[in-house]
Amino acid sequence: MSSPTSTPVGSKPSSDGLASPPSQRRRGQDSSNGDLPAMPTSPATDIASPAVHDTSLFSSPRRSVLPSEVDMSSPLIGVRGTPVRQRPDLGSARKAPQVDLHTELPSADGAVASEQAAGQKLVIWGTDVNVGTCKEKFQRFLQRFIDPTSNEDENAGLDLNEPLYMQKLEEISVIGEPVLNVNCSHVQSFDADLYRQLISYPQEVIPTFDMAVNELFFERFPDSILEHQIQVRPYNALKTRNMRSLNPEDIDQMITISGMVIRTSQLIPEMQEAFFQCQVCAFSTRVEVDRGRIAEPAVCRNCNTTHSLALIHNRSAFSDKQMIKVQESPDDMPAGQTPHTTIVYAHNDLVDKVQPGDRINITGIYRAVPMRENPRQSTVKSVYKTHIDVIHFRKTDEKRLHGLDEDSDQKLFTEERVQTLKELAAKPDVYERLSSALAPSIYEQEDIKKGILLQLFGGTRKDFSQTGRGNFRAEVNILLCGDPGTSKSQLLQYVFNLVPRGQYTSGKGSSAVGLTAYVMKDPETKQLVLQTGALVLSDNGICCIDEFDKMSDSTRSVLHEVMEQQTLSIAKAGIICQLNARTSVLAAANPVESQWNPKKTTIENIQLPHTLLSRFDLIFLMLDPQDEAYDRRLAHHLVALYYQSEEQIEEEFLDMAVLKDYIAYARTYINPRLNEEASQALIEAYVDMRKIGSGRGMVSAYPRQLESLIRLAEAHAKVRFSDKVETVDVEEAKRLHREALKQSATDPRTGFVDISILTTGMSATARKRKEEVAQALKKMIQSRGKIPAMKYQQLFDDLRGQSEAAITKDMFEEALRALADEDYLTVTGKTVRLL
Amino acid sequence: MPSSHDWINKPLGVVEAMFAQSNSNPEWEAKVLEYFKGQLKEKESHSWVPSLNDVPLHYLKPNSLVKFRCLVQDMFDPEFYMGVYETVDPSTKANVLRCGKYKDVTECGVDLNSRNTVTAERQTFYCVPIPGESPWAKEISFLSAARVVPSTSYVPSRQKRSYEEDDDDMDTQPQKQREPHTEPHGNGDSKRQETEAPSSQTTTPSDCSSHLDLNFPLPGERGPACLVKVYEGLDSFKLNDTLEIYGILSVNPVLTVLGEEKDPSLLLLNPTESMETPEEQRAHDPPASLVPRLHMLYARPLQHNNPLLPSAPTEDQSAFVSSFLVEMASVRAELLAYLTHVLLGDGLAAEYLLLHLISDVYTRRDVLPLGKFTLNLSGCPLNSYTERLYQIVQQLVPCSYRLSMSLHTMNSMRLVPKKDYVANRLVSGALQLARNTSLFLDETQLEQGQLDSSGVRNITALGNLISWQKVDYDFSYHQMEFPCNINVLVTSEGRSLLPSDCQVPLQPQVTPPNMEEYLTTIHMAQFTSQINKFRVYLSLARTLDYSISDEVTKAVEDDFVDMRKDDPQSVTAEDLHRMLVVARLLSLSLGQTTLSRDGWMRAKHIDMLRRSRTEQQKSLNGNEP
Repeated sequence: MSSPTSTPVGSKPSSDGLASPPSQRRRGQDSSNGDLPAMPTSPATDIASPAVHDTSLFSSPRRSVLPSEVDMSSPLIGVRGTPVRQRPDLGSARKAPQVDLHTELPSADGAVASEQAAGQKLVIWGTDVNVGTCKEKFQRFLQRFIDPTSNEDENAGLDLNEPLYMQKLEEISVIGEPVLNVNCSHVQSFDADLYRQLISYPQEVIPTFDMAVNELFFERFPDSILEHQIQVRPYNALKTRNMRSLNPEDIDQMITISGMVIRTSQLIPEMQEAFFQCQVCAFSTRVEVDRGRIAEPAVCRNCNTTHSLALIHNRSAFSDKQMIKVQESPDDMPAGQTPHTTIVYAHNDLVDKVQPGDRINITGIYRAVPMRENPRQSTVKSVYKTHIDVIHFRKTDEKRLHGLDEDSDQKLFTEERVQTLKELAAKPDVYERLSSALAPSIYEQEDIKKGILLQLFGGTRKDFSQTGRGNFRAEVNILLCGDPGTSKSQLLQYVFNLVPRGQYTSGKGSSAVGLTAYVMKDPETKQLVLQTGALVLSDNGICCIDEFDKMSDSTRSVLHEVMEQQTLSIAKAGIICQLNARTSVLAAANPVESQWNPKKTTIENIQLPHTLLSRFDLIFLMLDPQDEAYDRRLAHHLVALYYQSEEQIEEEFLDMAVLKDYIAYARTYINPRLNEEASQALIEAYVDMRKIGSGRGMVSAYPRQLESLIRLAEAHAKVRFSDKVETVDVEEAKRLHREALKQSATDPRTGFVDISILTTGMSATARKRKEEVAQALKKMIQSRGKIPAMKYQQLFDDLRGQSEAAITKDMFEEALRALADEDYLTVTGKTVRLL
Repeated sequence: MPSSHDWINKPLGVVEAMFAQSNSNPEWEAKVLEYFKGQLKEKESHSWVPSLNDVPLHYLKPNSLVKFRCLVQDMFDPEFYMGVYETVDPSTKANVLRCGKYKDVTECGVDLNSRNTVTAERQTFYCVPIPGESPWAKEISFLSAARVVPSTSYVPSRQKRSYEEDDDDMDTQPQKQREPHTEPHGNGDSKRQETEAPSSQTTTPSDCSSHLDLNFPLPGERGPACLVKVYEGLDSFKLNDTLEIYGILSVNPVLTVLGEEKDPSLLLLNPTESMETPEEQRAHDPPASLVPRLHMLYARPLQHNNPLLPSAPTEDQSAFVSSFLVEMASVRAELLAYLTHVLLGDGLAAEYLLLHLISDVYTRRDVLPLGKFTLNLSGCPLNSYTERLYQIVQQLVPCSYRLSMSLHTMNSMRLVPKKDYVANRLVSGALQLARNTSLFLDETQLEQGQLDSSGVRNITALGNLISWQKVDYDFSYHQMEFPCNINVLVTSEGRSLLPSDCQVPLQPQVTPPNMEEYLTTIHMAQFTSQINKFRVYLSLARTLDYSISDEVTKAVEDDFVDMRKDDPQSVTAEDLHRMLVVARLLSLSLGQTTLSRDGWMRAKHIDMLRRSRTEQQKSLNGNEP
């Protein structure tokens, strides 16, 4: 069978002992071959005899039928011809001998079916598993287990107050997929001893479970027709660990590890049953593969010719098998080391379930096989090959791609950790604390750090798809602009290092495809595959884009969709799809003239389209404050940075790990909603904002700003671990928003905050001015009477002479364009014609 | 020399004896380590152990104790092996317990089903000699180690040549020194023979590298690569660590045979084997004659690989340091004078170059590496001046590499290590360097043309290296960040296209008609003892501790505020960062471990000089940014 027990050669009764190097544990001497020397006083009763009814299948000469073997995979009652599907994932446990631990003889048939008499205990060799008890326990578990608090997606649509697994069995009878996934944590909470046995002796216990399930199932649904018998697939063994912590102790135990698929092999057909035909009399016989070996019958039983049997490949039975290489996921690794890889074998229907790049949780049995590569040599390389026979796959990123919401990879927090986090949250100054813990090496810039902190927490995700509006963006986007050398990049780097799913790109180096997705030929499968870019990769994270201004226009246009709709549409090489890109964007831009010009507006300084700018919730300027007290503090901070020891620093600031956990916890568990007062406060704030402008005839706030305010307020509530958004949150959101506006949307000509700078790219006064010039020009032309055409340069000079304010060439051209738009005139080369 | 060298010649005997005594008490493992550590602690004893770096592999006895100075290039997956196993004697049927630790293969007749078998775990590291190790460092460690090699039959005859002489050879023909077998020695046959020994060592692997890629980070590197089996303290090792490993050499030919002769019928039945691609086989089980196995008994992390300095922080070293500190100022003056000559009489540039050479990332604050000091020497004369400059730098530092940034190399060279999933190994790149390696980026080689996508990636990688002192290794599904500590020196005509901490336009005071000759003469004028002093000085200054007193902190703050008062544009936070680094390096270069007011003023002063020079350059060139 599957457990690749390598060599047919070798004098030893190759057995499980070979498949599983004994690691100081007491199993491993397990050897079911008939020539086993010292079987303990086993009362060789064929307890399993009623089970072996499928005689045609087992009529082959089985050398090793010991009386005391239980045929683990054969069903007991009421199967109605549903064929058994072999379980190569469990290895060679089909025939496990039972031993009696006590010397008293058990009553002949009572071992499996009936209650055990006290004092006698029949167990499978090498374990402490008693088939009967085990089966009974598991049936009881299936029939009684209820988990009212379950919130697993798999259990959607099930009545939580009814026995969970009975409902699943019902599902099987309807759908006809004969696989029962069992959550090990359920087993543990129901029966800790059963759970221990399952973990320690999976290859004996799981077949027992199979038996139990099938009995139960066909009792309940005697008429169902299944492709093969139900197989139990346990998952989520609580011993979930990362690859690094696997050690020899885990061999032959059931484990759950997480990792990323890096390679999958072609499908490998593995022989399960060999078909032999006699060359003389055409008598045929079948031989099962036993631990990787086929015992070729030497004599034909029909005609007694020796060595006349030939293997017929076409009629032999094969099962599918696939090798998968799994690599440690980057989050689990200690810094400075390379990731480990493990070989995993998938069998039957688990083949091709995963693709390279998938992040998965694997439940399976850990195996180690010695390498005896050359049978002619007596020396053996003293190394074992290890692999995992997979029982259950679970993709961890599945929901990210298909599902609607919520992070699937919930980080598990220990009780103490949650406690410390909550204590921290209860402190009144938690907001300030956290913001100052952000990038401590960067000096001050309090408001910017606060903004970024709120971005890290994000708003609450809302779904309005029923009302036709679709998802509301919950992510906060921030743009930092300012003089070069004001540690913008450093801030970006810090954020990128802080968040689990961050991406860092530079506008200069990245193209539209690098940001979104591109189609490439996979070198291995030669198929076209979609390679996702930074924006998609940072789904649910933060995408840091440095040198935003250096980005090409086509690249930037991609961002429009991402930053508001949070999706990414792709139509390339026959692949048309829409990917989720619920990413927050943290961008940094330098002014065009390398130094920020305070006489110009933000738009003029960074030359970004206003359509894009209006999608940023907060735009901060990072300028040199030029103030003595600030300089002094800055100098002190920097000098300290250079000589303070690590400990001193740690005293002052929060640990980065704590901050990470705090954010992860809040993002996962806290979903604040607006309360009544907060809504009122938001409405007021919005109305106020609109009022400011209306006095001067301009609009100073748009619904987008209101949405920003809501997001910021929600994020602030998250910082406090509060489920309600209260007025304090709104106040802070207002303050921060105002601060950012004050910096970025102040009209340098008037000194007023003017939101239209960001929304239309031009301040209201500038627009008014433009109109005035156009009118003046029109008036001037009209005053000249009916002249069909005039010289461009002359007109410009005339206008300049006439106007009292200085008129630049730009302004003149703009005025001309405005008049051309009115269909009043047209400009051709150096002449201006009236229409 | 002690009479018994059993622990060097037959370390396995020692291990087995201890195992036999232990009665399967697991403490024996610790005892073994303790024993070897103790032996190595003894004075001089580590110099008795032959080094894989110096002695050709075929001269070393199998299963003897050897040492290897190396860089951890890749870490393979952990493997399980039989720590203890039982063998059955076919004639007597007696069972014997055996120890499988520190061995690759087992004895005959293993009882695979024995219940006494203990499975244990170990990990394999792929180690290569320290990339870019300067010829002089190799030479000196070779000479000092080769004094006594009791466990080999190999007697190097090289020590007859004084290394003074070697140095001179190297200086005049450094290129040729790298390929010693082509070295044209006119001194007759005896000399010829002597150089033969090390060259045979270096050619052994290189001959075969055509079949087998030994995965050295830098092109043109030579030397033995080694698979090191690590048993203890797996977590304490990191990729790119430089280590001196003491371990048992295993070159069992079985390892090779096992890998190659394979019965195809077995492959069918043994799917585990067939799963390994041939590439993976080659990468993980290369023939032992090319890539020996080394079973680690003891490893010492190296702070530096300068053979002139005691390598471990022992009492030895502190005595050495304090004795050298006295000389420090004078050596500095001499070195400065030397560098000034080399930089065509430009004293300021020489000062900055000196500071650059002793810089070191001493700590990191969140993402910010502190202490890095990337220097951009702009205005370098063309025509192989930079090449000569590199050769001089190479003579001073123990590890260096010159990356000529021509368009072709930038487009074609692999700088960033990349994981090859087919062979399951980390394919090295030129940026996988040991700590404190001097990376010399020669931008004068850059010509007009277009960078392709890999060129852009390479430039980005260099930029990241300079700004953050990290390299993002390419794991194809994700990138992984590895912090590094590399001194980058950029030489360019104009301002470099790469970021740098500090740009110094070179202002030559002399224009020698024949540059080549000029530099050679300067170099020849230095005695080797002098050069050695410089070498010690540069390595030592880097390791000194440094602090700033509160008083000076205050002064610095005041100064900063004053400077900003006059003209806020003139000094930014960035400038303060730089000045603090300059002040630190300046103090260290003088052997002072605290910043004094004078030190600060000096730092300010030279920074002013430098800035005025760049301003000048700007106004001269007009459009130069």
